[in-house]
Amino acid sequence: MRDTVMDMIPAQVATSAALLEARNLSFEAGGKRLIDGVSLTIREGSRTLIMGANGAGKSLLLRLLHGLLPPSAGQVLWRGATPDHTARRAQSMVFQRPVMLRRSVLANLNFALSMHGVRGAQRATEAGRALDMAGLTDLARHPARVLSGGEQQRLALARALIGQPHLLFLDEPTSSLDPASTQMIESLIDAAHARGVTIVMVTHDMGQARRMGDEVIFLHAGQVAETGPLDQVLRHPRSEAARAWTEGRLYTNSTL
Amino acid sequence: MFSFGDIMSEAFVLILNWDRNLSEIVALSLRVTLSAVFLSCLIGLPLGALVGAFRFPGRGILTVLLNALMGLPPVVVGLFVYLMLSASGPLGPLQLLYTPLAMIIAQTILVTPIVAALTKQVVEDLHGEYAEQFASMGLRAYDRIAALLWDARYSLMTVALAGFGRAVAEVGAVLIVGGNINHVTRVMTTTIALETSKGNLELALALGVLLLSIAVIVNAVVMALRASAVRAAYA
Amino acid sequence: MLRRHFFSLAAGAALALGLAGSAQAQDQFIVVQSTTSTQNSGLFDHILPIFQDKTGIEVRVVAVGTGQAIKNAENGDGDVLFVHAKASEEKFVADGHGLKRSDVMYNDFILVGPPADPAGIAGTKDITAALTKVAETEAPFASRGDDSGTHKAELKLWKDAGVDAAAASGAWYRETGSGMGATLNTGTAMGAYVLTDRATWISFGNKGDYQISVEGDDRLFNQYGIILVNPEKHAGVKAEAGQAFIDWVLSEDGQQAIADYKIDGQQLFFPNAGG
Repeated sequence: MRDTVMDMIPAQVATSAALLEARNLSFEAGGKRLIDGVSLTIREGSRTLIMGANGAGKSLLLRLLHGLLPPSAGQVLWRGATPDHTARRAQSMVFQRPVMLRRSVLANLNFALSMHGVRGAQRATEAGRALDMAGLTDLARHPARVLSGGEQQRLALARALIGQPHLLFLDEPTSSLDPASTQMIESLIDAAHARGVTIVMVTHDMGQARRMGDEVIFLHAGQVAETGPLDQVLRHPRSEAARAWTEGRLYTNSTL
Repeated sequence: MFSFGDIMSEAFVLILNWDRNLSEIVALSLRVTLSAVFLSCLIGLPLGALVGAFRFPGRGILTVLLNALMGLPPVVVGLFVYLMLSASGPLGPLQLLYTPLAMIIAQTILVTPIVAALTKQVVEDLHGEYAEQFASMGLRAYDRIAALLWDARYSLMTVALAGFGRAVAEVGAVLIVGGNINHVTRVMTTTIALETSKGNLELALALGVLLLSIAVIVNAVVMALRASAVRAAYA
Repeated sequence: MLRRHFFSLAAGAALALGLAGSAQAQDQFIVVQSTTSTQNSGLFDHILPIFQDKTGIEVRVVAVGTGQAIKNAENGDGDVLFVHAKASEEKFVADGHGLKRSDVMYNDFILVGPPADPAGIAGTKDITAALTKVAETEAPFASRGDDSGTHKAELKLWKDAGVDAAAASGAWYRETGSGMGATLNTGTAMGAYVLTDRATWISFGNKGDYQISVEGDDRLFNQYGIILVNPEKHAGVKAEAGQAFIDWVLSEDGQQAIADYKIDGQQLFFPNAGG
């Protein structure tokens, strides 16, 4: 059933069907509306970037889309329906700061495989492949939590991809890494995308955005200020918020 | 009236003249206490992890209850178990009163709240770190608890030791449900109580020193195991 | 790897538990509810092996205060009651908890006190007169206060002396609420007079400089009795083995074994079965 990685991954998108949709999504905490009526569509096979200033609600939106937090209003749809257990298994997420179990590198991967029901010899094969892909084979027996930041993030990414997800969320995965580590992470993401994994990534880094993005959702004060193809949003922004951000100006008007 | 030197030399004499009777008492102490700690961990670890990692109605009350039960007087537990196991009690037909198993039951009741309450604390802290990752992976409750307990295992060794300390030092409960019957339910603490009541204070204190030594050895062994395991494989 | 170790550890502990459980499934044994004085004096350690050699029946002694021993026996937690509070024992039989009460042996109570002798009663014989003096001089007195046989005997003596000792509780009259040995430990430490049975006193290891102040009064007589717990009331009672123990204790062999028990050449209990 799971002979090769390729078998399980949906073929590179011919259609651009909606994989994930948000409808009028809102989130309130402490009497403040932090996400305010966001609607958007993530197409299958796309690379979508969520951008915006600090505090715009990017990470929060990512968590709402992934289902880590329940929205105060609105809903998220997975392939046009309410997400269920299969939807959860078809998504994974890499956090800004990797969360490593207090186990070896290999055991972290094995744990994720076990949770996907992969055991025995097949688990060993797949874990070995993931180690190889992340360049961590030599560190397999080391405790995960003593790896460098870059190594930990590679492990987190390898672990997120090990269940062969359809959709991968990334929350500023390279924000605290050096250029070499950043490049390794980006090439791993590229490879996953080439295999058909849909990418949704929060980033601050304009260079990374140009390298990694197809489409941009620009958030401002919890609302979608602008969406569109990357070139359009970054070079010819129509919204004042996106224009200010690309020009490096501070823009604080919260009522667009 | 008594000098520390007298007591220590009495303790030495006790150990030098180590006889079968003493072995029997020490072995029963360890058997009862370790069994009780094992059972307490079987119940208390998952229970503590459940309360530590999940929000559910009644969680607050359960937490308060566990913390309060940590201070349960052994005599009260002893009486409760006696009333349960007495021939006139609901579990009388099992004929467990005045057996080591009755002592294990009493100590399990004493130690389980300690294990559960301390486990809750350990797991709650760890879960704060893991919660989002686990939610992202879509882990079921059972897998979460198992993973949290496994990853907290070195801290939980200390929790088990705390339970061991309470159980091995306890006399009130085992005296009532065990009856301090020679060769059957006589353990170190009840022997100490008996020798004290016979006025053999040096002997009682020497036995106390022996009990302390055993507790120190058990703690040292567990800590050494923990240290080497941590060094060998994990951070 | 480590996970496997954990499970083998768990299996080992479970095994230990199983062994603990099997301890009850031994040969024939009976449970005797008795008092601290018989246990602490070492009498049982002397006579029980003789009985077991002869019959193969193991006797498990639970030594508590007479009050608690009677209560436990009423609950059916024992096959034989072996205590020293005649009135309570007769009530136990009258209430149907036991079958028949038999005298086994006696010793006597003594009043022990500090060498300073604040009540001035050392060497006297009249116990009620001595207690009256203790009350008058308000010399400290440590009482068991635990509803034991000794405690009941003591209360009766206060009554005979016409002293309401309970009224002075917390002042010169101090109730320890514990066993004979514990009360002796407390009493000797606070320089108080203590009423004790002679057997416990002789075998007591923490006498310090205490001496016997009053002894030899007929009213200090301390009778021990033995009763089989009523098997019709409690199905678990091992009537046959229990009766075998009672029969042996009351037999010539049993009575001789009791008489033979001595510490430092002093006989502790005097058999008087059938008397």
